[in-house]
Amino acid sequence: MKNLMNITDLAVEEIDELIAVAEDIIANPVKYRDKCRYKKLATLFFEPSTRTRLSFEAAMLELGGSVLGFSEANSSSAAKGESVADTARTVSCYADIIAMRHPKEGAPLVASMAASVPIINAGDGGHNHPTQTLTDLLTIKREKGRLHNLTIGFCGDLKFGRTVHSLIEAMARYTGIKVVLISPDELKLPGYLKKETLDAKGIEYLETTDLSAVMPELDILYMTRVQRERFFNEEDYLRLKDSYILTPSKLSNAKSDLAILHPLPRVNEIHTSVDADPRACYFRQVLNGKFIRMALILNLLEVE
Amino acid sequence: MHIDSIKNGVVIDHIKAGKCMDIYKHLELDKLDCTVAIIKNVSSKKMGRKDIIKIDSEMEVDLEVLGYIDPNITVNIIKNEKLCEKKKLTLPAMIKDVVKCKNPRCITTTEQDLPHIFKLTNAETETYRCIYCESKAK
Repeated sequence: MKNLMNITDLAVEEIDELIAVAEDIIANPVKYRDKCRYKKLATLFFEPSTRTRLSFEAAMLELGGSVLGFSEANSSSAAKGESVADTARTVSCYADIIAMRHPKEGAPLVASMAASVPIINAGDGGHNHPTQTLTDLLTIKREKGRLHNLTIGFCGDLKFGRTVHSLIEAMARYTGIKVVLISPDELKLPGYLKKETLDAKGIEYLETTDLSAVMPELDILYMTRVQRERFFNEEDYLRLKDSYILTPSKLSNAKSDLAILHPLPRVNEIHTSVDADPRACYFRQVLNGKFIRMALILNLLEVE
Repeated sequence: MHIDSIKNGVVIDHIKAGKCMDIYKHLELDKLDCTVAIIKNVSSKKMGRKDIIKIDSEMEVDLEVLGYIDPNITVNIIKNEKLCEKKKLTLPAMIKDVVKCKNPRCITTTEQDLPHIFKLTNAETETYRCIYCESKAK
């Protein structure tokens, strides 16, 4: 039985195949509308999320399936002290596939060891969020037409930003990738990722605190939110949250075909006046999230 | 200093000087009723100084635990006062309940019954990572 815990669980060929199916869904939606008829997806969300949970549910509904689940730990048996493994065993009796979000790192892996149906990690704390990475990859593919020979700038919280870590790991497997890391010193990319991913794969990278200086080089700008929940200390959060705010004037020297991505939700790191710029892809990215999750559900349920 | 030779038992040799008590603890040698000799800071041509543990009883030594602590350790099995087998250690691919994950965000901090499992991710640097949260073993 297949599960998805980490983007690196998937070979590049498997990612390319998922992207191809997602693009086919976009081109031929009618073909897929009954593919998961009589199948059920359980969304077990032990911490709140709007986008990811609704995206999974919309994906299953568009495949003709049904959804059940909970959207916070308080409305589940976890509040009574039930273990993740027992919850997974129980829900396996009701659903054909499970998408799980949990604040503790590794919780979906524990669930996958106990469950009898496929488990998708829908985010485990600051650790992994593979379907966001698949969403990002589909967006890059659709916006740029390729996943190789690209210069990608990552801006904001590169220390705690799990979406950044996963996307770097995923992109490092394609050829001709250059990475530009733009963050305050306190939120720099962890050393192990530089050493074990970028250096190990021979990826050229640059670290800077100056977004404007590197803007002209970028094919993709991946903005991130400085997340309150990843800090132990409120003072550090308040000091760093406004570090990098994208405005139309900061885009004045950017390429005309730059693609601006953001995993959302945003707080204020992209000014709303940027939304009208055709280079702002983040709402198209949200839509892509639904399509790639449809492709993933089909794959894990082994629906032809 | 004179330490009696053992008749049937185990000699754990080439322990990095100062590490013998870690091994004593991990192998739970305090639970044995037989004689256990802990010999510290022995002169060694190869290592300069080393520790040795002699266990005067036949026992199954957890080679995975020893391999994780130090793969250069040798385990000698003694039978009728003669060396019967010399076991070489390697880094185990996985270790279970040998070290605990220290990451406060790891699922093992809230699910008390979960085994603490670490996987060898880089043999060159002898790096082990928690299978759940991928934190390094410390």
